[in-house]
Amino acid sequence: MEFFTISMLNGLSYGLLLFMLSSGLTLIFSMMGVLNFAHASFYMVGAYVAYTVARIVGFWPGLVIAPLVVAVLGAMFERYCLRRVHKFGHVPELLITFGLSYVLLELVQLIWGRTAVEFQPPVALRGPAFTLVNSSIDGLHLVWGAAPEAMCKAADAAVRIVCSPFPATRGFMMLVAVLMLIALWLLLSRTRIGLVIQSALTHPEMVEALGHNVPRVFMMVFGAGAGLAGLAGVIGGSTFVTEPSMAATVGSVIFVVVVVGGMGSLAGAFVASLLIGVIQTFAVALDYSLGSLLGGLGFKLGEGGHSLLGLTLAQVAPILPYLFLVLILIFRPKGLMGTREG
Amino acid sequence: MATTTTTNRYGAIGPRDLIIWALFALLFAVAPLIFRSGLAVTMLSQIGIAIVACLSYNMLLGQGGMLSFGHAVYSGLGTYVAIHALKAIGDGTFPLPVSLIPLVGGVSGIFFAVLLGFVTTKKSGTTFAMITLGIGELVFAMSLMVPEFFGGEAGVNANRMAGKPFMGITYGPQIQVYYLLAIYTFICTALMYAFTRTPLGRVLNAVRDNPERVEFIGYSTQRVRYIAFIISGFFAGMAGGMAALNFEIATAEVVGAGRSGAYLLFTFLGGATFFFGPIIGAVLMVIAFVLLSEFTKAWLLYLGLVFLLMVMYAPGGIASLIMMNLRVAKFGKLGRLLGWYAALAVTGFITFVGVAAIIEMVYHIQLNEALGSTLKFMGIELDTKSLASWLGAVVTAVVGLVPFELTRRRFAVRWGEVQGEIEAAIRAKEMA
Amino acid sequence: MSAPAVELKDLRKSFGKTEIIRGTNLMVAPGERVAIIGPNGAGKSTLFNLISGRFGPTSGEVRLNGERIDGLAPFEINRKGLSRSFQITNIFGRLSVFENLRCAVLWSLGYRYAFWKFLAGLKDANERAEQLVHMIKLDRKRDTLAMNLTYAEQRALEIGITIAGGASVVLLDEPTAGMSKSETARFIELIREVTVGKTLLTVEHDMGVVFGLADKIAVLVYGEVIAFDTPDKVRANARVQEAYLGSVLADAQAAEAGH
Repeated sequence: MEFFTISMLNGLSYGLLLFMLSSGLTLIFSMMGVLNFAHASFYMVGAYVAYTVARIVGFWPGLVIAPLVVAVLGAMFERYCLRRVHKFGHVPELLITFGLSYVLLELVQLIWGRTAVEFQPPVALRGPAFTLVNSSIDGLHLVWGAAPEAMCKAADAAVRIVCSPFPATRGFMMLVAVLMLIALWLLLSRTRIGLVIQSALTHPEMVEALGHNVPRVFMMVFGAGAGLAGLAGVIGGSTFVTEPSMAATVGSVIFVVVVVGGMGSLAGAFVASLLIGVIQTFAVALDYSLGSLLGGLGFKLGEGGHSLLGLTLAQVAPILPYLFLVLILIFRPKGLMGTREG
Repeated sequence: MATTTTTNRYGAIGPRDLIIWALFALLFAVAPLIFRSGLAVTMLSQIGIAIVACLSYNMLLGQGGMLSFGHAVYSGLGTYVAIHALKAIGDGTFPLPVSLIPLVGGVSGIFFAVLLGFVTTKKSGTTFAMITLGIGELVFAMSLMVPEFFGGEAGVNANRMAGKPFMGITYGPQIQVYYLLAIYTFICTALMYAFTRTPLGRVLNAVRDNPERVEFIGYSTQRVRYIAFIISGFFAGMAGGMAALNFEIATAEVVGAGRSGAYLLFTFLGGATFFFGPIIGAVLMVIAFVLLSEFTKAWLLYLGLVFLLMVMYAPGGIASLIMMNLRVAKFGKLGRLLGWYAALAVTGFITFVGVAAIIEMVYHIQLNEALGSTLKFMGIELDTKSLASWLGAVVTAVVGLVPFELTRRRFAVRWGEVQGEIEAAIRAKEMA
Repeated sequence: MSAPAVELKDLRKSFGKTEIIRGTNLMVAPGERVAIIGPNGAGKSTLFNLISGRFGPTSGEVRLNGERIDGLAPFEINRKGLSRSFQITNIFGRLSVFENLRCAVLWSLGYRYAFWKFLAGLKDANERAEQLVHMIKLDRKRDTLAMNLTYAEQRALEIGITIAGGASVVLLDEPTAGMSKSETARFIELIREVTVGKTLLTVEHDMGVVFGLADKIAVLVYGEVIAFDTPDKVRANARVQEAYLGSVLADAQAAEAGH
């Protein structure tokens, strides 16, 4: 039971992280028609910048500074590079963001090296947020923070106690993601600038004719999207690992999220992020294979060459998002909630 | 492929084309006699493989308007299937002459393109690109899961000196492999060129230019893309089969995102809008991977920066730059621009030296700490600990960049003038 | 009495909650030239899109030569003998004029997805494409890239591509949009020449063009055909006058065209 709860929470937190990234991607795509290939690279840069800032002044300033730095970086890129390419069409736009991802990866490796760096979460977030203690005699309890050692070990050998901690970093991830979601929703629906953005989403020329500086809005949206990715990077980098390959790992998954959810749909990205986050987390935690399933059902497998069936779910976990992608494309090509054609 | 003049009215192959192809063949035949070293022959073999791979990629990108991020899947799987076939020949279980191994790769390319292409070509544009990315990741991730086929981390290897020697050819020495690959490269290039002159090839161009309109001239856009995808997969598989013969090993990286990215980068760099562009790209690709990586650790960074600049300023690639200047020369106006080109080259070079010095010094701090703080850069000794080195590099970069930008702007104006004159001349000729 | 070339039966189309086409009925006889007119937003382009298969109707029937074609893909409808042009010029920009036209004839001549034949050797395709270049009077520019043509030349090429496949029913969506008076007059002549013996449906705003070209006029208002008759009868129709033609300008244009 506690395994399910903890895994579910872990899955949700990972899904929310994916959403933080894919929401920025979707916003940029809806607004400007360009799929930002370098979005995951902004995520990576955010993590590294926060790491450096954390070493100098601390994690919490880094949490604020890093996203800002990445946002400025994104805005500059839009202003000086992307805008120039806009008139050539969508393929060159995608290509230039592809080129940017290459360059950012190399720059990060240039400055911080090719191996992972020790980006630790702040002291306040180092332990568990809470611990589920499941005792075979007492039942399930929730203990805030870390459960004391004594609680996790039973004096009597007949009593089984299992302590499942839920990391505070994960909890913080969920908190930031939810706050960001609310802020984004409020911004888009309640403020003037949000209204301008919403209209520019579908009628950029009209909005420009009304006197709004649409290129500047584009620059801000791109910068904001990058900043959000950077924020996700600070949290993701401190919770998981900060290394050059973090961009590639999460990059392809968020593209799958965006296609599965339906290009241009924030709601679709939300559903797809959570779905993929939860499925992957559970898959990694489960050690069953198709072979053991068949064996459990009474089938006897022959010798040799059945490595495919012998693969555990945990080993297959990395390809699940892509399998999902292929399935969605066959059965529901518009994506879960697609509105806009790619 | 867009041209403003045809050899004759309907685009049939004429004497000028035959001469160009004969020269092309001659180049292949003679190259290893000019570049004799072992390294050169290895590189030439790799260039042949790269040419077929990049041309097959451009069938999608330049001719069909389909941006794929996962082309290595088809060439890579071709390599794997071919390697297994080669092993089987060695074991005596597969009676195929070794010379035909690339065809095995080609057939596997067809197979996988038929299988995966249907889902892939259901969509177009950005979605298509994302699908190819996803499938590429899928195949790469699977490479660790099915060791019987992919051989796990060590990959699969085979010996190309398998089976009976044919007229004394054992494929032991690299030079023999080179000539076989050269023949395949020539044939594949010729076939892919011929494709551009067929109904399907031309309708593929129409799909690139206006996919919706194609439906209204009676063609199913999706079907056109699917068939083109399969043909492209065939040639990609051929390239993979050639690689199996050349390297005698297949590892997971042949289906990886890095390989796919390289195809994209270099095909674009060479020029996607002309048939011969990818050939240039392929040559650059091999030179970059084999030679440039020896010169500097930062070569990928330089490559990325060049790519960015190309997308912004010359999206047609090197081929388009060549063709544009050829057109200017044809109208007799190239002389006016030569001075500007020289100025751009000089200022550009100075900028490059400054920027490269900075990059190399940063890399040196990062990677070579144990070797001390000095490094050799273009014959000069730089010290990462000395302010003078850093200052010198920055100053050089700035001293180069400012005049370069000024020159570039003036050049752009001149270029525009020249283009205007050429257009006026063309219009005058039309009216006559 | 042969089947009507184009028949619309109670055709309806909604986008979300908005119903654009509200039960349109129309019967066009083979060889007839019909102009569809109506105020902006009446749904004329939507009607064309429904007939040519760009999107499917919410309900109702579209028949081509008696056969139902609603819900079919555009290329299927095109293969059955219906072709259309577009209001915004829709050509193959990076191909030459000649190549544009040659592409447009390939399917109708049965070449399909052939990659084992050379274009240069297809005599019938090349001859037909030459005829078309001559017909649309772009001989001088046959090797120019389509994106480098002037606007009027591109519109002419658009028509050329539309009729290239030999379709018996031709839909022209605002063919003279954006043209000057003299260009329009020349263009009408061109349209008349190239659509001899075909059934023509065209959407037009210029009344001069309408009265000069059409045998019958269909008036579309708020997604319904409120009148379908000869030009004179339509002009005299009270409902039409009230909805659309009741303006001095329209009268003047018609007078100019000599009716």
